[in-house]
Amino acid sequence: MMKYWIFVFFLISQTSSALDARQLADPKLQENYELLTKELRCLVCQNQTIADSNAELAFDLRRQVSEMLEQGKSNDEIIQFMTDRYGDFVLYKPAFKGKTLLLWIAPGAFLVLGLIIVYIFIRQKRALRSEQGVSNNELKLDIDKQNKIRRLLEKGDQS
Amino acid sequence: MLKYIIPLVLFIILAVFLGIGLNLNPSEIPSPFINKPAPSFIATKLEATEEKLRPEDLKGQVWLLNVWASWCVSCRSEHPVLNDLANKSLVTIIGLNYKDEPADAKKWLATLGNPYNTSITDQEGRIGIDYGVYGVPETFVIDKKGVIRHKQTGPVTSQDVQNVLLPLIAKLQAES
Repeated sequence: MMKYWIFVFFLISQTSSALDARQLADPKLQENYELLTKELRCLVCQNQTIADSNAELAFDLRRQVSEMLEQGKSNDEIIQFMTDRYGDFVLYKPAFKGKTLLLWIAPGAFLVLGLIIVYIFIRQKRALRSEQGVSNNELKLDIDKQNKIRRLLEKGDQS
Repeated sequence: MLKYIIPLVLFIILAVFLGIGLNLNPSEIPSPFINKPAPSFIATKLEATEEKLRPEDLKGQVWLLNVWASWCVSCRSEHPVLNDLANKSLVTIIGLNYKDEPADAKKWLATLGNPYNTSITDQEGRIGIDYGVYGVPETFVIDKKGVIRHKQTGPVTSQDVQNVLLPLIAKLQAES
C-alpha cells in the first residue's frame, strides 16, 4: 500500500510544473508565456523545459520571458533573444534550416532505409522458398524411388 | 563474401559514430557569442558600490570576464589558477559576481585572494542572461575592440591557461 502511495506521489510531482510559475494579468499573454516556457530548454538540467525546471537559471529565464511579454515583445522576438544568447540548443524544437537539416530528415530517411532492407530480405526469402519448392517437385517426379521406399516400408526391416 | 562485408561495414560506421558521440561533452553548448561584440551593461562594482563599470570602459585592452560566485563549488578549484594568471599581469581580469550576496563575495576574495582588477555584481543574473551564462564558472576572452574571441564553460585549469589562454592573449595583445 505504501509503495502505491509513493508511486502516486511520484507521478503527481512529475506532472506539476515549477512552483513559481508566473501569472500575467493579460490571459492572452499568459497563454504565450506558457507556450514559450514549454519551448525553451533549461540549460542547467538539459532535459527539462524552463517551465518544468526549478533551477535558478530557469527561474531567471521565466522572469525574462514574462517581462518581455509585458513589454509587448512578440513570441518570435523572445525566441530570437534566447537563441542569440544560448544558441539553437535552447529550443526544444530546433528551427528547420541548413544546420539542422540532418536532424530533421534523419528519422524519416532511416525509416525508408529500414523498409527497403525489409523488402529486400522478404524477397530473398521468397525466392529461396520457391527454389526449394521446385526441388520437392523433382523429388516427387522420381516415382521409381518412391515405390522402392514404399515396398521397403511395407516389408519392414528384416535384417 | 558480400554477406560478411555488409554487416562489417555497417558495424564500422556505427562504431565510428558512437565513438564520436562518446567523446562529445553534452553539457558543452557552442557559444553563439564568438566573434560578436561583448554585450553592453552598466554594472555596479563589488568593492565600490557607487562606481559603475561598462564594457566600453575597457576598449583598447584585452580582458577576461570571469563569471564566479561564492556558492559555486568548481570556482574554488579555479581560483588559484586565476590568482596565478593575475600574478603574471598579462591581461585585465574582470570578475562578474553572479547571483551572489556581496558580503559572501567579499569574504571569499578576502580569504582566497583577489585575482580581479575589478569585480562587478549581477545579483539578479541579468548580465548573466545577456552573456548566455548557464554554468558557473565561465570565462570570456574579449579583445581590444570589445569583441568576444573565446569562451570557456567550466573551471579554467592551469593546462587551459598554458595551452589556450596565454597564446590567445599574446595574439590579441599584438593586434592593434
